[in-house]
Amino acid sequence: MPKLSINGTEIDVAPGTSVLQACEQLGIEVPRFCYHDRLSVPANCRMCLVEIEKSPKPVASCAMPCGEGMVVKTDSDTVKKARHSVMEMLLINHPLDCPICDQGGECDLQDQAVGYGFDRGRYTEAKRAVEDKDVGPLIKTVMTRCIHCTRCIRFIDEVAGTPVLGGIGRGEHMEIDTFISQPITSEMSGNLVDVCPVGALTNKPYAFTARPWELTKTESIDVMDAVGSHIRIDTRGNEVMRILPRLNEDVNEEWINDKTRYALDGLKKKRLDAFYVRKGGQLQPVPWQEALQVVADKLKATAPHKIGALVGDMADAESMFVFKHLLDGMGVANRDCRTNGARGDVALAANVFHAGIAGIEQADALLLVGANPRYEATLINTRIRKRWLQGTLQVGLIGKPVDLTYAYTHVGASAASMDELLKGDGDFSQILQKAARPMLVVSAALYARPDAEALQAKLYELAQKYFVKPEWHGFNVIQQAASRVGGLVLGFVPSAGGMPAHAMVMAAGDGALDVVYAFGADDILPHQLGKAFVIYQGHHGDALAARADVVLPGAAYTEKTGTYVNTEGRVQQTRRAAFPPGEAREDWKIFVGISHALGQPLPFVTLADVRTAMVTQYSALSHVGEKMDVSWQAFGKAGPVDGAAFANPMTAEQFYMSNSICRASPTMHECVAMVRGESQKKVAA
Amino acid sequence: MLAEKDKIFTNLYGEQPWNLVGARARGVWSNTAEIMAKGRDAIIEEVKKSGLRGRGGAGFATGMKWSFMPKESSKPHYLVVNGDESEPGTCKDRDILRYDPHRLLEGCVIAAHAIGAHAVYIYVRGEFYNEASHVQQAIDEAYAAGLLGKNAAGSGWDCDVYLHRGAGAYICGEETAMLESLEGKKGQPRNKPPFPAGAGLYACPTTVNNVETIAVVPEIMRRGGAWFAGIGREKNTGTKIFCISGHVNTPCNVEEAMGIPMRELIEKYAGGVRGGWDNLLAVIPGGSSTPLLPREICDGVLMDFDSLRAAGSGLGTAGVIVMDKSTDIIYAIARLSHFYMHESCGQCTPCREGTGWLWRMMQRMVKGQAKVEEIDLLLAVTKEIEGHTICAHGDASAWPIQGLIRHFKPVMIERIEEYWARAKAA
Repeated sequence: MPKLSINGTEIDVAPGTSVLQACEQLGIEVPRFCYHDRLSVPANCRMCLVEIEKSPKPVASCAMPCGEGMVVKTDSDTVKKARHSVMEMLLINHPLDCPICDQGGECDLQDQAVGYGFDRGRYTEAKRAVEDKDVGPLIKTVMTRCIHCTRCIRFIDEVAGTPVLGGIGRGEHMEIDTFISQPITSEMSGNLVDVCPVGALTNKPYAFTARPWELTKTESIDVMDAVGSHIRIDTRGNEVMRILPRLNEDVNEEWINDKTRYALDGLKKKRLDAFYVRKGGQLQPVPWQEALQVVADKLKATAPHKIGALVGDMADAESMFVFKHLLDGMGVANRDCRTNGARGDVALAANVFHAGIAGIEQADALLLVGANPRYEATLINTRIRKRWLQGTLQVGLIGKPVDLTYAYTHVGASAASMDELLKGDGDFSQILQKAARPMLVVSAALYARPDAEALQAKLYELAQKYFVKPEWHGFNVIQQAASRVGGLVLGFVPSAGGMPAHAMVMAAGDGALDVVYAFGADDILPHQLGKAFVIYQGHHGDALAARADVVLPGAAYTEKTGTYVNTEGRVQQTRRAAFPPGEAREDWKIFVGISHALGQPLPFVTLADVRTAMVTQYSALSHVGEKMDVSWQAFGKAGPVDGAAFANPMTAEQFYMSNSICRASPTMHECVAMVRGESQKKVAA
Repeated sequence: MLAEKDKIFTNLYGEQPWNLVGARARGVWSNTAEIMAKGRDAIIEEVKKSGLRGRGGAGFATGMKWSFMPKESSKPHYLVVNGDESEPGTCKDRDILRYDPHRLLEGCVIAAHAIGAHAVYIYVRGEFYNEASHVQQAIDEAYAAGLLGKNAAGSGWDCDVYLHRGAGAYICGEETAMLESLEGKKGQPRNKPPFPAGAGLYACPTTVNNVETIAVVPEIMRRGGAWFAGIGREKNTGTKIFCISGHVNTPCNVEEAMGIPMRELIEKYAGGVRGGWDNLLAVIPGGSSTPLLPREICDGVLMDFDSLRAAGSGLGTAGVIVMDKSTDIIYAIARLSHFYMHESCGQCTPCREGTGWLWRMMQRMVKGQAKVEEIDLLLAVTKEIEGHTICAHGDASAWPIQGLIRHFKPVMIERIEEYWARAKAA
């Protein structure tokens, strides 16, 4: 524990702490540009220079480890002068175009120039101009503004694991560029905008649309995948302008993926803003009372076993809870939240990421089964990469070999490899045996295979053999849908005698179901439902809405306060940042409206009523922010397992198109075009 | 004056064959195994006793540098030999590489043993094609003769030597940039600490030494540290190759004792200043990055680390650049500014941005198209760069201009006044 003195205050720090970190612990501000908590330390901006006794020159505090008895000064004249100097140097070639720069108002350079710079410039020579780079549809570049801090290079190398950026040229002609003008095809590229301290890399779709000080900031949760990244939704009026990450060490650290950040323009397109009823073959807008009455009449007129209820990927727990009550009242047993066709055991033990995302950092071996975390749960992949970079994590994969941004052993392609591991054969079995904290990471997409139950039984066996220890729980499932774990907690699965989702779809196709109530169930394709009467409730006019007989407009995740449970079993809440468009309303209200039209009113008036009832029944949901305790139990049913290779659960293209918001987003379509372009280039080469 | 018998580089002018046969005739490889049998500590002790200071420019005590290498470590140790000689005015390593490569190789084996390294990388400047070719041939010869590789020179120590050619970046002569370059990365200096002795090449303990430093080690070991320490002055011991260029009658490289008076050096070996000593304007004593010295100081200054430092300059690489009175001194320094701007790696802010600023101001200073106050601004900018960067390139870009302003400010003012007088007249 080195002890040092900073500006006369003594402090004990952990070994390896840098002087800059020690200053932060004391609340002493040290300006910096290149230093970033989560990236390597190049010490190239020289802004964090401090004076250390016995050192002849000022020292970059970010890269200087604390030493016993150091005497550090951050407020001496030398330091002030050094900061002035560096700031002046940074500004000589930086355009003073803050009024037309998107970073204005949230720019590190702007802020620090006020705090640590001269009040005027002394540079009268010609300024440098740098050609802008085209790096794809997500990031706008104004490279003249670049201050060469290299955070972007380090981020894309270290965190994203797609080393496409680099410094070309040297001296004042150094430019940040992608290798021969290729686009940045990382699914984490949006974070470059956040790490860039100036306006060199900015959010392209957001360009010139708003200023930070005119935005209302709402802290919320992302629902694009089941990670439940913490986000901040910036709105102006009722319009969502942009989405930024929010710090949460347990979930997303300070990153979000590109879908989370950029799919928001989908919130303005193809929105359902009125109630529709199909009349004469055409969907006609109608008053909401009429639409609800049509629904109620139809439900009343249909036998409960002829009704099927489906819940899609982005539903909040409150809505599902009210929906469930509505179905209970009618005696509908055909209900399911697993619209991806998953079957098998619905026990939470078989469906959550037990070790937690942060738990990855403790793992010493990791076996992926049928998973492609890079696209299924990008931030889990980022965490695995972070752990892998530390150098002692062995990763294995059973499934289709894909680029995961880190090296792994391809253990096998199918369930047969699991059998080998169970027998204790193969090199990877040795690794697992030796590991103290091994992790098994399974994609929930596997549960959509017809042999899901047998597969689950095998997974349980595998987990018991290697991964579950007295002090360590290493069985983990990656869900793709934000609503899934919440739905399982609420038991939104077939009740006695009911059909699961895949059976319902089949039954509807065969005419065995008369009414399908699809609540955001966009995974279901219109032609699958045969002649059934389809009630579609959701926020986007996706394919199924066009096929529906009644359309009930709901609220998107930015427009409601709702509870979601992420793949770890962490209970989290979104907050309303904007209002739903037009006639659309929060989904639980629509269900309550239907109950009134049915003449069996549900006892909910406010959201608080719903939540109170919900947490009374499901107390696990009351601890917002915490990971639920999920008890470990046996699951699955032994049986024959299909020997076919596991498919890739999600490709890059599917990643950008995984839900109705993405599909409505022009930016996401551009991303798909970019990914296709790149893959075509690869084929041509 | 250095006695003929005390000269180390007896083939400095390439009059004898550079190959193994020639080298052996000069005494190279004569008793390498015997030297190495003394053991690691004894070698370091002897080098310490000799007072040898690094010949690459900074003048750090070599024995001390070696002693920083961990005695026991689970990681491999490396010796990197810096042959990226790019400092304008310097061409001493070049003559060692091409005329006496075996002397260097013998030094490599001894030094490698002293620091516990089994692998040596010789990084040769990319432009030195023929020199690199000689070194590689010498390495091949040495392997064939059992002087390198397993049980090198019969010493029982395994030592492999690899040649690596640079790609023409001045900054790769900086020791940590050289390590980056060797690792296949962009040549950018690393922040220190950690120092290379702790985490250098591939994060393993590494010593980086100049070609000349390593090449003198065998002779020190053969003749004893005391012999070396007896040449020159206290703390500035031994012999040194001086490179004399510029406005002299016979530009040359010469090995002389440290501390020889500058005037004697120039007059005796380089045929004197063109047009006589009185025609001397200024001398850059140690390669382009050291501040120039005007004639008054040149009259009496001694050529060693401490004397030149006291005179406000430095010995650097001992590349003596002589300028007579026909020189446009402002233009000369502006040219150096352009060099430092061009060779800045672009990593840290003050150097990246500041070197360009300096050059632009210097261009105007050459014409006189500036205000007199701007000379102070120029000086202020050099101070903003100096000491604020990761490596010494920032300092190197600042010093020539500081030297110019220190000694030739009146010339600059005169130039400015002339310019404005001309402008007014026109």
